Amino acid sequence: MPCSRSTIFITIIFAIMSLMTILPERATGERGRIPTEIEIGSLAGLFGEVYFDHEMHLDLADTCSECHHHTLGSYVIDEDCARCHRESEPTEEVSCGGCHTADPFSAEYLKTKMEDPNLYHNDKPGLKAAYHLNCVACHREMGAPTGCQDCHERTAAGDSYYRADAMASGVGGTGKEH
Amino acid sequence: MKGITRRKFILAGMWGATAVIMNGKAAHGKADFEGYPEGMGVLVDLTRCVGCRTCEAACNNEQNLPVPDRPFYDQSVFDEVHHDGKQKRRTDENAYTVVNRYDAEGSEEAVYRKIQCNHCNEPACLTSCFVSAYTKTKEGAVIYNPKACVGCRNCMIACPFRIPAYTYSKALNPVIKKCIFCYDTRLVNGQPPACIEACPMEVLTFGHRDDLIKIAHERIRMHPDVYIDHLYGEREVGGTAWMYLSGVPFEQVGIDTTLQKDPILSNASEFLSNVPVVLAVWPALFMGFHLLATGDNRESGEENHEPERKEE
Ligand code: SF4
Repeated sequence: MPCSRSTIFITIIFAIMSLMTILPERATGERGRIPTEIEIGSLAGLFGEVYFDHEMHLDLADTCSECHHHTLGSYVIDEDCARCHRESEPTEEVSCGGCHTADPFSAEYLKTKMEDPNLYHNDKPGLKAAYHLNCVACHREMGAPTGCQDCHERTAAGDSYYRADAMASGVGGTGKEH
Repeated sequence: MKGITRRKFILAGMWGATAVIMNGKAAHGKADFEGYPEGMGVLVDLTRCVGCRTCEAACNNEQNLPVPDRPFYDQSVFDEVHHDGKQKRRTDENAYTVVNRYDAEGSEEAVYRKIQCNHCNEPACLTSCFVSAYTKTKEGAVIYNPKACVGCRNCMIACPFRIPAYTYSKALNPVIKKCIFCYDTRLVNGQPPACIEACPMEVLTFGHRDDLIKIAHERIRMHPDVYIDHLYGEREVGGTAWMYLSGVPFEQVGIDTTLQKDPILSNASEFLSNVPVVLAVWPALFMGFHLLATGDNRESGEENHEPERKEE
């Protein structure tokens, strides 16, 4: 299917704009066409939304593909990906949630995933893990913070989920004397 | 129940136990059973775990377990050791899963491992239980009927992973407690267990066991520099529903690598049949305790249907 570059470009812009409204990733600023700050709300509930400084990370990363893989048509660093995607054109989906499903273990998803014998990416992490695996690995490498609360502020709901009230009960101690 | 004395009942229990185990031996000698084709499983990738303990919190919430001593975001629990510093935290009646930290050689980062029932294809707990309290469901879960359990603790001894815990805090009507794969609340509805949904790193991948084996070997093939070339639980003790990938030798994260590839039951039944004292007296003894305890219960006015049910 022959497709001009400008058509692809317009499609991408459109896709990005529509995704911003429906996915939990929401751009809150722009530098040209690139969002400068993104609100990530997929964990919202136990934790507050995460404000991701896209612009800052953009400046730190060598290439967009460090996070966006082959979807932007930028140089693909991972050799395994490059086997197929060295020359890949930009895709319609560029946001994390466009490819990484928020519900990776639902019965329907498991079925579609494993029943397609031609599906190569059958071990693709879900959205939550896609963020964390990528973020934590790089933060470790760069000596950036990796504690849960460094990025996520626990809400009252989170406090009760993690049993913050355990402290108040006064039972137990440091655990070292057990 | 009226026409049978407690003493007679205990004696009957002894002979019953012997018969059950002898039958068990005949029925379960097969070593080539690989679980149900529809059986679900979990691939645990230890290279991903960051020790956040969210899985523990998820389990606590899902199973309505008591408030712990310390909140689940408190990582000081990793310093906890028992028995002269050799024993890390273990699962108990109040925690069906716990995470431990290991300082593995050659790994810059600490390695964490979540412990819970591995839901064996051929569970030793099941075959060791003389009142058939345990069931291996077609979905892959090893569940138990707390009403059937008489607290004999055979399963605690039989389990190669030392998972079933005993409600020591409950002097009356004590039972075994362990992870049930969130069977009744989630697995039967096709949902993954609570810990799996909660884990931020997808340390735990849920799926059909057969598919997970393929995925695991593919991970090893794609990243031979990251993983030890072994999928723990694929064959150990006849195969487990929860299987492990690691970046460091399995022994270094407290995993028993000396376990046989055959199901435990073939050995256990031989061993047990050679030691009839253990077979018959142990369960009967505990059933006796159980009866005495529940007898007290009844006297204090609490409802209890156990003895009637046992008589069937
Ligand atoms: S298994 Fe997942 S939820 Fe549990 S401690 Fe590890 S990273 Fe956290």
